[in-house]
Amino acid sequence: MPSTSNTKNSAAARTTGAVRVALIGCNHRTAPVELRERVAFSHEQALDAATELRRRGIVEEAVVVSTCNRSELYGVPGDAGDSVADAMEEFLTTFHRIPRSELEGRTYRWLGTDAIRHLFRVASGLDSMLLGEAEILGQIRTAYGRALDHGATGPILNRAFQGALEVGKRVRAETEVGARPMSVSLAGVKLAERVFGSLKGRSALILGAGDVAEQVVEHLRNRGIGSLRVVNRSFDRAKHLAERMGGEAVAWDSLEKVLAAPDIIVTSVGEVGAVLTREKLVRALAARDGRPVFVVDLGVPRNVAPDAAGLYNLYLYNIDDLGEIVEQNKRAREAEIPRAEAIISEHVAKFDAWRTALEASSIVDDLRGRFRKEREILLRERLDAMQGVSAEERQRIASITEELIERLLNEPDARLRKGRGMPGRLGAIDALRDVFGLQKHGDSDEDPK
Amino acid sequence: MLNHTAYLALALYAASFCCYLRILYAPHLWLGRLATLLLAGGIVLHYYALLDRLHGLHTVPYDDLYGSMSLFAWLLGITYLGLEIFHRQRSVGAFVTSLLFVWIAVVSWLAPAQMPSPPPARGPLFAFHITLNIWAYAAFALSFVLSVIYLLQDRVLRSHRPGAAFWRFPALDVLDRMSRSSVYVGLGALAFGVVSGLIWEHRLTGAYAWGDPKVIVTLLIVAAYVAYLVLSRSAGWRGARAARICALNFAIVLFSYTIVNLYLTAFHRYF
Repeated sequence: MPSTSNTKNSAAARTTGAVRVALIGCNHRTAPVELRERVAFSHEQALDAATELRRRGIVEEAVVVSTCNRSELYGVPGDAGDSVADAMEEFLTTFHRIPRSELEGRTYRWLGTDAIRHLFRVASGLDSMLLGEAEILGQIRTAYGRALDHGATGPILNRAFQGALEVGKRVRAETEVGARPMSVSLAGVKLAERVFGSLKGRSALILGAGDVAEQVVEHLRNRGIGSLRVVNRSFDRAKHLAERMGGEAVAWDSLEKVLAAPDIIVTSVGEVGAVLTREKLVRALAARDGRPVFVVDLGVPRNVAPDAAGLYNLYLYNIDDLGEIVEQNKRAREAEIPRAEAIISEHVAKFDAWRTALEASSIVDDLRGRFRKEREILLRERLDAMQGVSAEERQRIASITEELIERLLNEPDARLRKGRGMPGRLGAIDALRDVFGLQKHGDSDEDPK
Repeated sequence: MLNHTAYLALALYAASFCCYLRILYAPHLWLGRLATLLLAGGIVLHYYALLDRLHGLHTVPYDDLYGSMSLFAWLLGITYLGLEIFHRQRSVGAFVTSLLFVWIAVVSWLAPAQMPSPPPARGPLFAFHITLNIWAYAAFALSFVLSVIYLLQDRVLRSHRPGAAFWRFPALDVLDRMSRSSVYVGLGALAFGVVSGLIWEHRLTGAYAWGDPKVIVTLLIVAAYVAYLVLSRSAGWRGARAARICALNFAIVLFSYTIVNLYLTAFHRYF
């Protein structure tokens, strides 16, 4: 008798009708922001859409992933069969009340292995606007987690999304795709981490208020910076910024008094020139007992005197230094794409092997069902024609033929369930279905639109 | 000549070095764990190789250059493994394992073809004294490696041209803390080692050999590393200058371990 888990797998294969994943979506490459914002899903809408897709029988499992750069519907087709992509696109337009013509040529659709590969690439950040960005993995985790809690997923999408999360983590851990900072603000913070290690409990001083400085503060906050002071020529502006950033405002005149405290100084004072002279920084370093200071000068013209770069235990980076590092990092990330793709291919192959094993287990169950049906017909016909066969003998014959079926199917069942080398056997499974006249589980992938 | 276990340990150190080097340039979760496992495996096999000599000599191996330096490498490996686990940092593993490999390869070339004859029995206190001193040297060697990495990292930060490995190296602060931890281990081991040696000597002769060059140089080592610990927390010295001092201090350790042992002392002829 098949094991419980195999029975479960077979049931999964049967209930899904076809062990494959369908996807339709649009992203920053295929659609402008005006269209993307119209097809975006809030968290609640994503759950409603997943429920509705299943209720209408378009798919049996559904997850909706929606970020600022993409809206994607993942599903496991039910009755819709190969026309599932059309049905999903139709659903997308009706859900958002958008004329279908507006989505024409703006969406992509993938089926089967291609859909899985796409999902894994998205989770790895390879399909992101900013190559290797980290946020997408969290967004996928959230979208999947909510769909799972809502009961919108099943064995196929659970396996696919859990695989995607694993691939995303592996790609980030084993390649440089997401390792190096890709923005000036993040580069500044990452360099500070090269000096101090963890920034938890460290202190920072923000001098002036530019957009990039605010981004630096955001990164510092995310890393648990201990204290934050904001100095600006306009105290009101400093106060406003400090309130927004969760720091303390300091008057411009008191700059030198507070200069000794911070481990990290970020300057972005416009049209002023060198606010921090070498002499001021020498005094600050002496007052802080020679502990290292990391200075990010985002000002143009520069806010920190260039000759301060030579001060002992002071590390000074200006906007050009950071820009050059970002360019280097961009090239380095791009060079890592083949390694990331190799990891993705490995996991796609794993998913395919699992999927094929699922197909394999379902064919054995289908064969068993077919044999039993034939056996019942045959026994009924032949035994009815025979004279003098008692009920007890009928029962024994039925039992022996049942045992025969199990013996015949045991070995192929075990071989098919082994899983290894399965992808190549998919054709053989289809051939078996043809030979025995069993219903074929469609597996042909559609080309992207 | 090395026995088979020692060769295997050497091979594991080499494999561990390759893994550490690989993760420095291209991070890999499992490869990092494998590097640590290979190092741990190398240390275990190295222990059995040392045990072979211990059985032959009936004491810890210190009476010949090979045994002593092999024990040094083993204790260096253990100290590093402890620091790696404590600080959760694998990025200096490539440097430490390369040092381990080269060290053992060189001393094995110097190793005598036959096991030396057992030294006169001097008791467990003496063995304790020697082992602790060698452990101290190993910890100082580790702090030397960490200080050199600190100086390299500092130079890259100042050059504004971070390379591929830069982002994988530990932060300056972590290197500083690891180096200080290592020096604390070294000083602790040296203090207990010196005290146990003095007690042993007093029991044997009823006097202390304060004038022996080895004792004088050892006290100089203690002073140099205490100075490092103090200066590394002082204005004007903390950071790269302290790291430079730590790296230079190791020259005294090497001097003590080689020249003093070989040529300057009649009493401390133990390696």
